[in-house]
Amino acid sequence: MRVLLRNPRRELDIAGPRRVHALLADLELNRESHLVIRNGTLVPSDEELAADDVVEIRPVISGGAV
Amino acid sequence: MKCRVCREPAVIDVPRHNANFCAPHFLDMCRRQVRKAIDDFDMLEADDRILIAVSGGKDSLAIWDMLIDLGYQADGLYIGLGIGSYSDVSGEYARAFATERGLHLIEVSLRDDYGYDVPTATAATRRVPCSACGMSKRHLFDKAAIDGDYTVLVTGHNLDDEAAVLYGNTLRWELEYLARQLPTLPAGNGFPKKVKPLVRLSERETAAWCIIRGIDYLVDECPIAAGNRHLGFKAALNTIEAESPGTKTAFYLNFVEKVAPLLAAHAFANDVTLHPCTRCGAPTTGEICAFCHLVETASAHEPVPVELITGKGARRR
Ligand code: SF4
Ligand SMILES: [Zn+2]
Ligand SMILES: [Zn+2]
Repeated sequence: MRVLLRNPRRELDIAGPRRVHALLADLELNRESHLVIRNGTLVPSDEELAADDVVEIRPVISGGAV
Repeated sequence: MKCRVCREPAVIDVPRHNANFCAPHFLDMCRRQVRKAIDDFDMLEADDRILIAVSGGKDSLAIWDMLIDLGYQADGLYIGLGIGSYSDVSGEYARAFATERGLHLIEVSLRDDYGYDVPTATAATRRVPCSACGMSKRHLFDKAAIDGDYTVLVTGHNLDDEAAVLYGNTLRWELEYLARQLPTLPAGNGFPKKVKPLVRLSERETAAWCIIRGIDYLVDECPIAAGNRHLGFKAALNTIEAESPGTKTAFYLNFVEKVAPLLAAHAFANDVTLHPCTRCGAPTTGEICAFCHLVETASAHEPVPVELITGKGARRR
C-alpha cells in the first residue's frame, strides 16, 4: 500500500494487507499522536488495510510555546 | 470495531474512554466534553461576546466550529506572525474557514501593524523564537479582546497542551505558573477573562473532529517549533498514555480539581504591583511593557528571513 506521511511530507510503499495498529507499530509511530485516513475517512486501529489502499498517516501534535 | 452507542462500524477508537465511536457519536462525545468543560469551569454564558484566537490549525478551527455549533456567538482573531510561507498558508486556512461560514475574522499583522515579524524579533532579542512569538500573541489577543469589548477570550489549548505545560512546570516546581494554570482565568487587572474549552479533548480528538466535519486546517507545523521542549514533554506523556490510557486526563484534571486550589495563594502574588504601560496602557510591572520594548527593538532591526532562524534555532535549543 501507499502511505503518505507528513512533517516532513514523504511517501512509503508498505507490503499489505496490514492492520492499522500493526502499520503504526512497524513505523514506530504512537497511536496517541496519529490518525489514519483512507479516502478522506478515518479508519480505526483494528481495520485491515488492503495491499492496494492509499492511506495518510496524519500527525496530530502541535508544537510551540503556548 | 463497533460504535459503543449504536453498534454501527466505528471510525475511531478512543482508548482513554475505552470506547469506539461512529462519526456522529464521536462528534456527540466531543460536544459533551466541551459542554462539560464550559459548565464545570464557568467558562461561557449564552450572551457572552466571544473572541477566539485563531491560528489556522486544528484546535482553533475546531473550537470555533464547536462554539458556533453549540449556539454561541464568536468572532475570530488571526495574527500574521510573518513566519515565511507557514504564516501565509495558515492565514489562508483561517480566512477560508471564516468566509465559508460567514463568520467575522479580525486580522492583525506584526509586520504591517508593528514593523517586525517573529524571525526578526528572534534575531533582535537573541532569545528562543517562541518567546517573542508567544509574548506578542498574548499581548495582541488581550488587547483585541479589551479594545473590541469582548467579554471573554477563547483559546484552542487542548488536553495535550495543558498536560505538557503542567508536566514542564511540575518538573521544576514552578509554583506561580502552576497556580495560574487554570482552564478559566477571570478578568481583572486590565486582562480579559480567558478560557480553554478544549481541555477535556486530546489533540487526536480535535484533529478527528476537523476531519469528520470536513474542516481544512493547516497540518504542517510551524518550522520553528521542531524539537522544542514542549514537544518533548508531549512525546513523553504519550509514551505513558499508550501504556496506560487515561493518564493524561487524570494528570491534568486531577491537578485542576485537587492541587490548583491548594496553590491559590501563589496565583496572583505579583499582580498587586501592576499598572498601565505608559505607551500602550497594557498592565505591566515596569514603566513600559515587555511588548512595547519588543516592538522598539525588533522594528529597528533589519528584516530577517525565517530560514536563518530555523537553522540557528535548532542549534541553540
Ligand atoms: S511554534 Fe512557531 S507559532 Fe508557535 S510560538 Fe513558537 S514560533 Fe510561534
Ligand atoms: Zn454510533
Ligand atoms: Zn506597552
